Amino acid sequence: MVLEKYILAVITTNPSKVPSGAAVFHCEDKKEMEIIAANLEAILDGIAHALTEELYVIVKH
Amino acid sequence: MSEYTYPILFGLAVGTLTRVYMLRTDYRQYPTYLHGKIIHVALGFIAAGLGTVAIPSIMEEQFTAVTFLTLAASQFREVRNMERNTLTELDSYELVSRGKTYIEGIAIAFESRNYLVIFTSLLCTLGYLLFNILGGLAAAIIAVIISKLLMTGGRLKDIVDVEYVEPRFDGAGLYVDNIYIMNIGLPERQEEVLRYGMGFILKPKNFNARSTIANLGQRQAILHDVSTALGVYRDSGTPALVPLAKRDLDDGRVGVFVLPQEKDIDKALKIIGAVPTLENAIRMPSERQTNGKGS
Repeated sequence: MVLEKYILAVITTNPSKVPSGAAVFHCEDKKEMEIIAANLEAILDGIAHALTEELYVIVKH
Repeated sequence: MSEYTYPILFGLAVGTLTRVYMLRTDYRQYPTYLHGKIIHVALGFIAAGLGTVAIPSIMEEQFTAVTFLTLAASQFREVRNMERNTLTELDSYELVSRGKTYIEGIAIAFESRNYLVIFTSLLCTLGYLLFNILGGLAAAIIAVIISKLLMTGGRLKDIVDVEYVEPRFDGAGLYVDNIYIMNIGLPERQEEVLRYGMGFILKPKNFNARSTIANLGQRQAILHDVSTALGVYRDSGTPALVPLAKRDLDDGRVGVFVLPQEKDIDKALKIIGAVPTLENAIRMPSERQTNGKGS
């Protein structure tokens, strides 16, 4: 089976909102979250989408 | 030498020249190199041969000889397969892919051009044999004009109005006018998108056009043509920088978002207007009896 879209990683500053089942990166603040999201985007070849101010996901399209 | 030698040579020459004329390297940049061209000129020569001997064989009452034109049909269907396979293979390495509908359109064009060559050669030989070489030349000119008319398809500007709109962000959502394109999370990526991105709204002129530009293949063809002509701000490993075309479900307008290297609005408007309407994408719901004509 080929997955068309898949959440590769979750980056958040709010640990209570974190889902299970994906790689999660906890961050101290928004700035750190953006840096990690930018790096993960390049590494994983996915797109960083902002769900809320404190929750980013990296999705493979 | 028989009485048919010159008419046949004439038909052969005109047919092959027609194929060469139709084999221009244009903005689609295919085929670009000599090897690709040789294949098509050689096939055009074969097509011209098939077309040109049909008339002498009828005149000699060799009617069964005409049946080998069926051979041409299967031969040139192979051309379509060859083009389709090559372009599909190459498409995965394009920064902005052509899309299957566009490829199929190109492949069909390659096949049908060989039939146009057969038709041209047939007419030329007929003209030469019925009248003289001048008759043949007149037939050649008429056939080339018909080929040219049949070869050029419709352009997008015939069915839509194109308008430039600055793309904007609403939160993480990228919009062209009121059409949602995609979610881009990172602020630095958003800046890049705003710096290089251009938005266009395609407004269909009637109900038929609405269905045609809704076709995903047609939309991909627009993105590919703009990216080929103006360059694209994108690389492998930057999936966020992707040209996209999305549809407004309410009124069928299409929002096109592109990332050209050269941000020239007038040029881009002209390029979008000149994108071919792909024959596989054309829909004509108004042709159905239950629907009224036009919009």
